[in-house]
Parts: sequence; C-alpha cells; structure tokens
Amino acid sequence: MSDIADRVKKIVIEHLGVDAEKVTDNASFIDDLGADSLDTVELVMAFEEEFGVEIPDDAAETILTVGDAVKFLEKNAG
Amino acid sequence: MVSPLGGNVDTSWKNILEGKSGASKVSNFQVDDLACQIACQIPRDPSVAGHYSPDDWMEPKEQRKVDEFIVYAVAAADQALSDSGFKAETYEQQIRAGVLIGSGIGGLQGIEEAAHTLADKGPRRISPFFIPGRLINLAGGYVSIRHGLKGPNHAVVTACSTGSHAIGDASRLIAFGDADVMVAGGTESPVCRLSLAGFAACKALSTSYNDTPEKASRPYDADRDGFVMGEGAGVVVLEEYEHAKARGAKIYAEVIGYGLSGDAFHITAPSPEGDGAFRCMSAALARAGISPADVDYINAHGTSTMADTIELGAVERLVGDAAGKIAMSSTKSCIGHLLGAAGAVEAIFSVLAIRDGIAPPTINLDTPSVETKIDLVPHKAKKMNIDVALSNSFGFGGTNASLVFRKVAD
Repeated sequence: MSDIADRVKKIVIEHLGVDAEKVTDNASFIDDLGADSLDTVELVMAFEEEFGVEIPDDAAETILTVGDAVKFLEKNAG
Repeated sequence: MVSPLGGNVDTSWKNILEGKSGASKVSNFQVDDLACQIACQIPRDPSVAGHYSPDDWMEPKEQRKVDEFIVYAVAAADQALSDSGFKAETYEQQIRAGVLIGSGIGGLQGIEEAAHTLADKGPRRISPFFIPGRLINLAGGYVSIRHGLKGPNHAVVTACSTGSHAIGDASRLIAFGDADVMVAGGTESPVCRLSLAGFAACKALSTSYNDTPEKASRPYDADRDGFVMGEGAGVVVLEEYEHAKARGAKIYAEVIGYGLSGDAFHITAPSPEGDGAFRCMSAALARAGISPADVDYINAHGTSTMADTIELGAVERLVGDAAGKIAMSSTKSCIGHLLGAAGAVEAIFSVLAIRDGIAPPTINLDTPSVETKIDLVPHKAKKMNIDVALSNSFGFGGTNASLVFRKVAD
C-alpha cells in the first residue's frame, strides 16, 4: 500500500471513528463507514490539510470511497 | 446534572450539603494575564468520586464536532431521563414529549477557536460542524435525536435566567397541552479566556481571590467582589401530573408557580430598588395562588456581587413580616455562577431541599454586609421542613424569572 493510501486511511479512521479493517479501498464513506454529508465535507478538508492541496468542489463530489480519495491524491498531491 | 461539584446530581448535592467549594485556579489555559484567574470547573479527574467523564455520554468522534455545553446537556438529559423512568417508545409517546434546553452564551470557546482558524488559515479551513456545534438550540437538538423526542423543540437564551425560563416555559407548554413530557433545563461551558476577559471587563467577576479561590464566591458577605464563573448543565423531566401518576413515576415536586419580568433599566445592572425581582417573584406567587408567608426556602440568585443586596431587599419587601421564618441561601457560594445553567441546577437544588427537608448553605458568609431577619443559612446546611421553595434567576439585559415548587403529598 502506498504512503498516500496509509495517510488517507489514518485520516478516515480518526475522523469517522471506525475500525481499521473496515477502511478498504471500496468502502464508501456514507454507505459503509457511517458518514453523513457534513462528515464528507470535513474529510475532504482534512485531506487538503494533510496533503497541502486544494480539492475543488466538483472534484470533491466525485470522492465517494476511500479508493477515490487515494486515486485523486496520488494524481494531485505533490 | 453536571456541576463543578460532581458529574451527577447525587454527588453535587452531597458536596453542597457538606459546604464544599468547586472553585480553583484555572490550569488548562493561560490565565496569568487575566484579572480573574479562577473558576468552578467540572471535576474530570478519574480519582475523584463522582467525577464527570464525557466519553460516558458521547463518543469522542461526536464530541469533536460540538462545544462542551452540548455534551454537558446530553449527559444531564440522559441522567434525568434514566432517573424518571420515562422512555418515548411509541410514536404517540414521541410526539407528546419535547425538549426545551437553553444556554446563555453557547459555544463561545469554539467561536474563539474558529476565529483564529479563519484569520490564520482562511475560510476553507472552517469545519462544516462549526455552526451546528455552537448553536444554542443544538443542545436540545442532540437530546431530541438521542431519545426520539418529537414534541416541541425549543430553546431559551436569557443570559443568567435561561435555566429558570426554560423550566418555566416548558411547564407552560405542558399546561397548555402542547406536550405531556418536557425535558427542560440549561447548559453552559463558558470557562475560556475570551469569556473570562469579557466578564472581567464588565467588572462582574471576582478578582481579589486568585490565590484563595475557594473563598471567592461569598454571596451577601461584606468582602465579596464579583462572581466566580462555573460550568455544567441541569436538566429535569417535567410531566403532566396525571400522566406522571398514571405511570407510577417518582414525583420530586410540583411546579406551581412561574413569574417573569423585565427591568427596562440597564444592560448589566439590576434596577436599584429591585423592582424587576420583586415583580417577578410576586407574579410567580400569584400564579401559584399562595402568599409570600407560605414560602419556606428561597434559592437566591445571589451571585456574590453588589446585586445580592438588591435581591435581598426585594425579598424582604415581598415577604414582610414572614421574613423571620424564611431561609434563603445561594448555592452559587459552592458551585459558582453557571450562567445559562444556573437556574436549572438551582431549580434541582430547590426540589432536593424540599425532598430532604434541608436548606443548603451559603458558604463563605462570614460577615453579612446587611442586617436581615431572613436566615441566609451561613456556612452549614440547615434541617427544616420545606413544603414550598422559590428559585430566583436574574440576567443581563434585565431579564428575571422565578419558579415555585411544592412538595407533593404521598
């Protein structure tokens, strides 16, 4: 697993208070990890802070799973 | 209840009856540049019996989203509902049970922190939970979601009268038939640098007792110099009388009177003749249909400021010749001033005074600043029969509330 994936996973575990084994690539923040719409906004903010990137709203709307976040950040994080 | 003397009502009440003080030097943030460096803070040390542990009431990931006044309210409401034995299980029960919990200031600490985030990191770093975690009515919102209470959902914001207004208004919602059960009270988490600085600027806080904090809250005493800020929440379960009897509920007391008034005088100072206080107590007694001489115990607003003598004067004028039989104490001497939660925790103490036949003490009352025939219950709690208790709250803006409770015959 890449360094970025590890860091994404850690943020998700901290913010959503879920067990590590649930945070798989395919896990949906809302359907599988118990997040609501405000939680997902906060998650995106936490990714921005951790990786020093700006995630525009239209991109944020496509980040629905842990894998989506990892993919986006692998492509865009410096 | 969550108070500076315990994480539950039994511990808080026991400590008050023993005349303990919840005041100490603030050590969890910088105070050396503040005029007032003391506060009555909730005991969180696990080695203290009856301490408060927020994780018992709300998951850590939820706590991160809200200011502490919301967690205190959730804790107090859980305790009150559990003690009452009432559960809204059917849809019919849910829509007949509501929440009315207020706060004087709400999430000041979170607002202070978010203002720094905005200045340092910009608007994109403001959390989506910033607004819902600071709004005053979200204390009641969380409680309603947690317990499925779908009846009236309301909140009061009347500074230091909040808790009394919440209980009074909730009792009227029941009397008007809007609900059978109301979970009502007040909550406050004001102990932060911003509010200590703000209240000190109003010259409202004690500043001479930074090295002897347990002596600082001294209502009616000649050496008082301002209030000591406290934190916590008080929540009660109010219920329509027949509804409570029908389910065999433990009834602590009956709310028989509620009075409200405005000073229309000054933003922070009470009217010098105690006109607002007098009218609000009179209105509460008139609503109760009793005379001043029927009152046995008064839980005073008594904040340990110059306003104490104004309240005392208003009470003397109200009770006249009955002054000699009335006990009046300020539990703020022990737990400090819980602002928007004060009226609610003091309503609970008034009800427990009725239940246990004991007037809680006014500690630190060494030298009364005025002479009175009213027993101010200095230093030690006093055993006495209490059938009727009156609780006063007066707030900035000249907003006053009085509640009257009566013992329920077995």
